[in-house]
Amino acid sequence: MQWETVIGLEVHVQLATKSKLFSGSCTTFGAEPNTQANIFDLALPGTLPVLNADALKMAVRFGLAIGAEIGMRSVFDRKNYFYPDLPKGYQVTQLDFPIVGKGELSIELEDGVEKIIGVTRAHMEEDAGKSLHKDFQGATGIDLNRAGTPLLEIVSEPELRSAKEAVAYLKKLHSIIRYLDISDGNMAQGSMRCDANVSIRPVGESEFGTRAEIKNINSFKFVEKAINHEVQRQQDILEEGGRIVQETRLYDSDLDETRSMRSKEVANDYRYFPEPDLLPVVIDGAYVNAIRETLPELPDAKRARFVEQYKLSDYDAGVLVTSRELAEFYEVVVTKCDDPKLAANWVTVELQGLINKNNWDISQSPIQAGRLGDLIARILDNTISGKIAKTVFEAMLEDASGVDSIIERKGLKQVTDSGEIEALVDEVITNNPEQVEQYRSGKEKVFGFFVGQAMKASKGKANPAQLNDLLKQKLK
Amino acid sequence: MIEKTVAELSTALARGDISSVELTQAYLHRINQYNSHLNTYITICEDTALKQARAADKSRSEGNCNPLLGVPLAHKDIFCTKGITTTCGSRMLHNFVSPYDATVVEKFNAAGVVTLGKTNMDEFAMGSSNETSYFGPVKNPWDSSRVPGGSSGGSAAAVAADLCAMATGTDTGGSIRQPAAFCGVTGFKPSYGRVSRWGMIAFASSLDQAGPICKSAEDAAMMLNVMAGLDEKDSTSADKATVDYTRTLNDSLEGLKIGIPRQHFAEGLSAEVEQKIRDALKVFESLGATIKEIDLPNNHLSVSAYYVIAPAEASANLSRYDGVRYGYRCDGPVDLEDMYKRSRSEGFGEEVKRRIMVGTYALSAGFYDAYYRKAQKIRRLIRNDFLSVFKEVDVILGPTSPHTAFELGAKSDPVAMYLEDIYTIAVNLAGLPGISIPAGIVSGLPIGLHMVGSDFNEAKVLNVAHQFQINTDWHSRKPNLIAMEG
Repeated sequence: MQWETVIGLEVHVQLATKSKLFSGSCTTFGAEPNTQANIFDLALPGTLPVLNADALKMAVRFGLAIGAEIGMRSVFDRKNYFYPDLPKGYQVTQLDFPIVGKGELSIELEDGVEKIIGVTRAHMEEDAGKSLHKDFQGATGIDLNRAGTPLLEIVSEPELRSAKEAVAYLKKLHSIIRYLDISDGNMAQGSMRCDANVSIRPVGESEFGTRAEIKNINSFKFVEKAINHEVQRQQDILEEGGRIVQETRLYDSDLDETRSMRSKEVANDYRYFPEPDLLPVVIDGAYVNAIRETLPELPDAKRARFVEQYKLSDYDAGVLVTSRELAEFYEVVVTKCDDPKLAANWVTVELQGLINKNNWDISQSPIQAGRLGDLIARILDNTISGKIAKTVFEAMLEDASGVDSIIERKGLKQVTDSGEIEALVDEVITNNPEQVEQYRSGKEKVFGFFVGQAMKASKGKANPAQLNDLLKQKLK
Repeated sequence: MIEKTVAELSTALARGDISSVELTQAYLHRINQYNSHLNTYITICEDTALKQARAADKSRSEGNCNPLLGVPLAHKDIFCTKGITTTCGSRMLHNFVSPYDATVVEKFNAAGVVTLGKTNMDEFAMGSSNETSYFGPVKNPWDSSRVPGGSSGGSAAAVAADLCAMATGTDTGGSIRQPAAFCGVTGFKPSYGRVSRWGMIAFASSLDQAGPICKSAEDAAMMLNVMAGLDEKDSTSADKATVDYTRTLNDSLEGLKIGIPRQHFAEGLSAEVEQKIRDALKVFESLGATIKEIDLPNNHLSVSAYYVIAPAEASANLSRYDGVRYGYRCDGPVDLEDMYKRSRSEGFGEEVKRRIMVGTYALSAGFYDAYYRKAQKIRRLIRNDFLSVFKEVDVILGPTSPHTAFELGAKSDPVAMYLEDIYTIAVNLAGLPGISIPAGIVSGLPIGLHMVGSDFNEAKVLNVAHQFQINTDWHSRKPNLIAMEG
């Protein structure tokens, strides 16, 4: 049977506020356990929540970026359950009146076709703390540093049809939140976490199949693997005449498998009700408009502009806008060198390669946009060849000085003096009578040999065009 | 001196008739004399109280003339006090020492009051007789075989017995006003949001409100001057201007329109209590007020709605008491579930557990609409009843409780106990200010007159109460404690 996969994603994004959603505690990652938990985070008796205004702003920013309805009156609710890392015994979240309503974002499929994915809603909620099982023989340690950290839970419609689409959606979301500067989106550190609702159904069927929710997927790569694994598991069950159980499954990246956590059929009753310690959050049009005015150019718009303004290919533009930092880097390079296409090649190939190889953030690159622009400018004004430019690029990694001074000191300046080149050419012709004979008798392929020899003799510095011309002239 | 009102003590201290240290010693002496019998205090802060008194005297000598400077006060043990045990009347918190002060506590400290101790209360403020306290019941100073009312029973009894000059209380369904009525003192619940809830241990967040328990409406005004105001730490505290509540106390009642709810003079009200309330109405008429019968048609639903909403909120508010971070933890838990179950079973008393069960049930899937949602609708109807009445009258008067203080152990049926608050509960559901002031003695026991004002109109309520008190002397009547002296 032919099966169709149906996926909906619930993505938790940690908002990049300085303090927690309802308390003044710091949110920096990686501090000593329980050093970032104040009396409210510890749920001491008598403490009360106060909403972080920045978290609200960031949530609205996201809503506007995906063209969503903004909840002008949103309500926090209590979700009740007992767990040691949930100090209050309830999580404060938003159930019926989220801050962000229906919106959408577009993804690009492998064949280049654009697909619109609906975003059902996004709401603010508190993160829980962490239970630490290592280092505690026969007991559990509780770290409440993360408890109360603001999250934006973004729920997609079940409109994704493959693991690849899910990854594309997730990457787009990642790009948008980074553009908006509302989260660092670091999946390894948990500032972006993904749960996937996965089901399959026979192609042509309109009803959804029973779904499983896969939790704990913490990289783009694992999203794809976990979903594919889950689809295969469900397919095997159904094809053997079995039945899918609605349940929560945990993805284990070491074993590349999902396993059952708990069955939804005996699900918790969370007893949601409106949080009486907080008033409904009422915002007005002026508030929303003020935020709208601060929105940056988003990836889709930037890509279209790059194609239009710099005459780049859609592909190159797409690569450049994956991150706001990369796009901004590129635009600085362009102002320095005035050849958008060449600049795009250098940024996407050489620079991107360097960054990927070293696992750097672009801001960590020793070659910043200004210097790269200068380097490309030297290719364009014939100071160096493209090939020599790669040597200079390598040198720039170790040497923080200006491009010109590196070229100068290393003696890499291109030879454009025709007398000098002529001398080289003469020498090569004199030293290789046999090849000259071959060429002159019609074996034109040998021409490359002369170019190579002459270039070698110039230590790569001869201007290639001049060299070609002179060789052709002298070999006639 | 200890029998005097806060206003009188304030003057005496200002004139130098007495020092705060002398006054504090006098109260501590009286506490030593009577507390073991009345059980009004859970914690007595002898050393810190004397230290605060010395500081107050010194501050006065340096020119501080805050009206409450050096006046001794007791806090209901529901307010977190830094460095002092805060039990909330529960075994669950019998060992809990707060690392911070409630906003109310902070404000009184800043005003220079002396904190004598923490008063007894129904466990987590759940009760109307003070019998649910883990630390034993409080005795009514007027008759020690009777309850003081609850949940702020310790505060009301301590004020009545002159074991403090004034006390704080909290009121979720009548917990300031009913004990004030039973103990013959003045108890005032301000509008919801008027006083910060930060540091006040939550029972039902949308209903809880702190207020003064004291010897006169004038004292209540002086206390409210300290307590009231927006607090950025409490998102539900109201951004409404506060005034000097003593300034309008002497306004004339000429032309005052008083509403009398038919529903509060119906079946269940004791004839003697009704007579005292009707006598009080005559006093108001003599002061130029007019009386008008009004209707609160949904009043009969208030107890039912309250006993869904309050337990629902409480069931979540009390989830934090899990034995993990502070408070009571059972001995030798075998695993997490065992720790939760036994810590909570052993740490909470019967009434608290009953309400957690009721609240949990009311919020459960399949029951939410029938209970919680419906109760919230009724709550809106009840508030609307009040709003429409306040278009026609300035204040609403009636009895605080259908009868005088009952015998300890007399109400073993929880529902009978819940009906204690039949006149007061609607006021919490509507979020309005309400006061109980002494208005007579029936068979040696005080009765309370209940007065409700419109939204954030505390000044009017205090003005009307004060005018009653300067024309009557019920608020000056004292219980006879001689019999208790041992």
